[in-house]
Amino acid sequence: MSPDMIEAILLTTMTAATPLLLAALGELVVERSGVLNLGVEGMMIIGAVSGFAAAQMAGTAWAGVIFAPLCGALFSLLFAFLTVTLATNQVATGLSLTLLGLGVSGMAGEAFIGLPGVKLEALDIPFLTDIPYIGEILFGQDPIFYISIALVAGVSWFTFKTRAGLTLRSVGDNHGSAHALGINVARVRYLAIMFGGACAGLAGAHLSLVYTPQWTENMTAGRGWIALALVVFASWLPWRVLAGAYLFGGITILQFHAQAQGIAIPSQFLSALPYVATIVVLVLISANRRMTMKNTPAMLGKPFVPDT
Amino acid sequence: MSDLLRVQQITKTFGPLKANDTVDLDVAKGEIHALLGENGAGKSTLVKMLFGSLQPDSGSIWWRESRVIIKNPSAARALGIGMVHQHFSLFDSLTVAENIALSLDDTGPLKDLASKAEELGKTYGLELNPDALVGDLSVGERQRVEIIRCLLQQPDLIILDEPTSVLTPQEAEKLFDTLRQLQREGKSILYISHRLDEVKLLCARATILRHGKVVARCDPQKESSKSLAAMMVGSDVEDVERTSTPGLDGTSRPMVFAVQGLSQPPLGPFSVALKGINIRLRAGQILGVAGVAGNGQSELFDALSGEETQAQPGVIEIGGQAAGRLGPNGRRKLGAAFAPEERMGHAAVGNMSLSENVFLSRHASDASAYKSGGILGMIRQNALTKTLGRIVNAMDVRKSGDNPRAATLSGGNLQKLVLGREFDRKPKILIFNQPTWGVDAGAAARIRQTIIDATGQGAAALVISQDLDELFEISTSIAVMHDGHLSEPIATEVATRNQIGLLMGGASLDQLDVAA
Amino acid sequence: MIRVSLERRQRRIPLLGVVSPLLALAITMTIGALMFAALGKPPLGALYTYFIEPLTEIWSIHELLIKATPLILIAVGLAVCFSSNNWNIGAEGQFIIGAVAGSALPVLMPDLTGPLVLPLMLLMGIAGGAAYAAIPALLKARFHTNEILTSLMLVYVAQLFLDWIVRGPWRNPEGFNFPETRSFHADAILPEIASASGRAHLGFVFAIIAAIAIWFMMSRTMKGFEIRVLGQSPRAGRFAGFSHRKMVFFAFLLSGGLAGLAGISEVSGAIGQLRPTISPGYGFTAIIVAFLGRLNPLGIIAAGLILALSYLGGEAAQISLGVSDKVAAVFQGLILFSVLSCDTLINFKVRVARVGAAASAPQEGAA
Repeated sequence: MSPDMIEAILLTTMTAATPLLLAALGELVVERSGVLNLGVEGMMIIGAVSGFAAAQMAGTAWAGVIFAPLCGALFSLLFAFLTVTLATNQVATGLSLTLLGLGVSGMAGEAFIGLPGVKLEALDIPFLTDIPYIGEILFGQDPIFYISIALVAGVSWFTFKTRAGLTLRSVGDNHGSAHALGINVARVRYLAIMFGGACAGLAGAHLSLVYTPQWTENMTAGRGWIALALVVFASWLPWRVLAGAYLFGGITILQFHAQAQGIAIPSQFLSALPYVATIVVLVLISANRRMTMKNTPAMLGKPFVPDT
Repeated sequence: MSDLLRVQQITKTFGPLKANDTVDLDVAKGEIHALLGENGAGKSTLVKMLFGSLQPDSGSIWWRESRVIIKNPSAARALGIGMVHQHFSLFDSLTVAENIALSLDDTGPLKDLASKAEELGKTYGLELNPDALVGDLSVGERQRVEIIRCLLQQPDLIILDEPTSVLTPQEAEKLFDTLRQLQREGKSILYISHRLDEVKLLCARATILRHGKVVARCDPQKESSKSLAAMMVGSDVEDVERTSTPGLDGTSRPMVFAVQGLSQPPLGPFSVALKGINIRLRAGQILGVAGVAGNGQSELFDALSGEETQAQPGVIEIGGQAAGRLGPNGRRKLGAAFAPEERMGHAAVGNMSLSENVFLSRHASDASAYKSGGILGMIRQNALTKTLGRIVNAMDVRKSGDNPRAATLSGGNLQKLVLGREFDRKPKILIFNQPTWGVDAGAAARIRQTIIDATGQGAAALVISQDLDELFEISTSIAVMHDGHLSEPIATEVATRNQIGLLMGGASLDQLDVAA
Repeated sequence: MIRVSLERRQRRIPLLGVVSPLLALAITMTIGALMFAALGKPPLGALYTYFIEPLTEIWSIHELLIKATPLILIAVGLAVCFSSNNWNIGAEGQFIIGAVAGSALPVLMPDLTGPLVLPLMLLMGIAGGAAYAAIPALLKARFHTNEILTSLMLVYVAQLFLDWIVRGPWRNPEGFNFPETRSFHADAILPEIASASGRAHLGFVFAIIAAIAIWFMMSRTMKGFEIRVLGQSPRAGRFAGFSHRKMVFFAFLLSGGLAGLAGISEVSGAIGQLRPTISPGYGFTAIIVAFLGRLNPLGIIAAGLILALSYLGGEAAQISLGVSDKVAAVFQGLILFSVLSCDTLINFKVRVARVGAAASAPQEGAA
């Protein structure tokens, strides 16, 4: 393989990994608060369609970058109201958020099918971007990529170094104790869920503004679910989410390249690779039960109803 | 002497239940004031209102002579009220320092806080390591975290909710020293307990609650334990009557239960390993297993009940039959009966009816009575209802409706049902974990009597309990669980509380013999 | 600021179990009417087109039964899964694999005819769906792997597998390169119930039988008791001597088998051949059916018919109102949301209060 090709693979890997990274990072914060939101796929597709629509109407992709996270957060409020305020089953509610998101986006996006999209342009800094091999990788990516990296650092710092992060973790570890200490469990969870929604929304916008700048139905293609798996893979640690997202981005891109090279394997089998890889990775992680149990937020998936 | 805290005519209602009914209470500066009452008398409700976790329906709270509304725990802390919870409000996956930081409204860097906590701990004899994960701590150590967390806020009033229920007698002594030191410094303490000897030791004033009402105020040092108990319960509590007391001897009786070298690795991150446990029980004997919570008692129960099976069949013998590889139903069929510590969610399913909960533990041992239709396995509701009626009569289970959901029963009544469904089978060996925990005094006495009566008729029993009084009252011999080990049993007639307490703290029998 | 708080009900009100799904439907209709109004359609007329018109003609009712068949078959299996706390959300994949497994016979051996072909196909469909569901079951029981994620990933794998097989090895040799298998011969087609009036096939009968059988199992037998105990409290289940691991397999194999039966019934009854897409998301919609039926198999029959109507209504709305047929997916999502919200009423009293009213009394915080 030539250095140019390696550079191309790395660049595309980073692009493919960014939506996974963003969505998983948001879900990590949600799960740290003890809530399991299976609606990532739904919030992501809402982000994709709203981002695309905003960019179309405003004529600039930046409108999508701002609008999509807002829509994602707003959409996640629905989930927050049911699971936090009405204490509904989180698994079922998350599923319904995904189903509703796919439906709403399909309906809202019908007018956009086939339209050429507005692409969010990559950075181009004189001299820096032109450095051979590493220039484009470090200084020539799209803005959402830089946001995603900054968010990894930000979430890691927030979770482990700030008072608010400590509060977040305490609510996920034991909501009863947190309530007894006077922590407003519902408020913490609402905020965490909305952060997760915003991240998933931005991830969706990346798909419809950067990855394939157009709108197609179901264009998230299970990425929201892979993001959920990544959180488990990462044992709820932000920097490990980064590693996992790039691993999966790499698998996606490698199978594309293999298809392009005309390797004698049916394309469907190659397309199935990321999904199969997700299963394999989940099995490897969960087989080490003691480790996963120690890192799992103890309240994950359990509704909280204070005694009056 | 002016009152630090005065509660006037406080009422709090939950649905049909008046948890607090026009309650008055006052606590003076520098006193240790006892709040006495049975489970469900309304102590916890009252305390939650003082700490801002609940709001009263009516009545008023006065702090330093001015009326206050305590909106939330944060407001309580701002006033100078600190609380040490009975069920610790701690976070297992966080460190000691992080746990402490969470209860303070404003904290500087975690490091400064950690050293401050360590220093404070030394002053009061409460050493702890700020970097340890709380999940790895023993129950006694957790309580230290709670107390230090409370003291760091420099409260004027400290509320302690059943603080000694998880301590060895020696640890409790140490706690009393700390409390007296705090009292000398002018702090007030509201001490909640149902252990009367402690209250007599520590407190000069007591307020006694029953069914949500204040029924008496007294000086506990001028009362006898018996008179205090009568005020709490509303009538005299009957002493348990022994039918026969076969001690360690009585070798002529048949061996009904034997455990030989039971070991088991820890099953989860915060679980305890079992290490070479031996038990021999003959008909008529009651073995009490004492120990501080979290030393392997629930792991032992699960191993004995067959919820965790053993690789070697001979490790456990029931009525002479190897049972190590049998599950709970196999062991029940050999004549064993089990009641775990957790009632809801382990012994019973809250969302299921009482008759279904009877079926839960008896579908295999009484298969022919409750099932029909061969492999279809249809459930015979009529037979179950009849059995339920029998249990309800025998154990005096109070319920609303014919066959309500288990979740609607009070803790004590559910426990009577859980134990009653086992007694009803007339089993040969009873294995109970904390059979009277959280049960009111009258029902507890009845349960203890029923256990003794069953052994009088030839059964044997193993009772795990953290209540030493209970074990001394009913056991023929007592063994102590510490860090997954079970000591040799000591005949109750010769055992002393001091000796058992030292074993609970980790001493071995040999050391005790040398000391003696 | 308005604050909603919950208070656990001391006593169950049985009527609420029936009222709650009806209330949920009413809420969905209201939101639907608002949505139609926002799209500039007359709300009541639109609702009529959507929910009533498809029921006015007999052939349309046959179509309703055809769509309800897979929904009911899958949902009763899922009811067992969800009741036992096993979150199989990959029924769509098990449906596809069941369809493929059952189709092997007429596609690969078109010359094999006779009365035995159809029963064999159905059995192979059941086996295929069950085998595919066994994968997440095995991973959950053996490695504690989250079954939600594995069963869902397998949906994508199954869809790609179906796509490959109809475009590749099983493509109709006489089919002008269309991505589809050869059409099934007459002995491989599931008979129609009343062929004079419409296309509804025997699959609907299977669905009703399955629902009644599973209702009996859940409410009257030991197995149903075991399912409910393990679902509500695994710890109590272990105390009762029930095996969590065996239940994982039982629930997944049963629901996978029923999804497989649904798949082969759909292909053999309604389509007549394999195509790259054979389901408009029945496996996911069935999750909604299971919850709307409150996990009760008899309730699921009714819920299956209602959700089948949402598909037909979507088509009708597209034709006569010019609204996107995606409106069906929106309605389905709304129904599930409303059902889950209304179910809160069964367990809790919901109190709505203004915050701040109580706190205006004398003095707050420190003295």
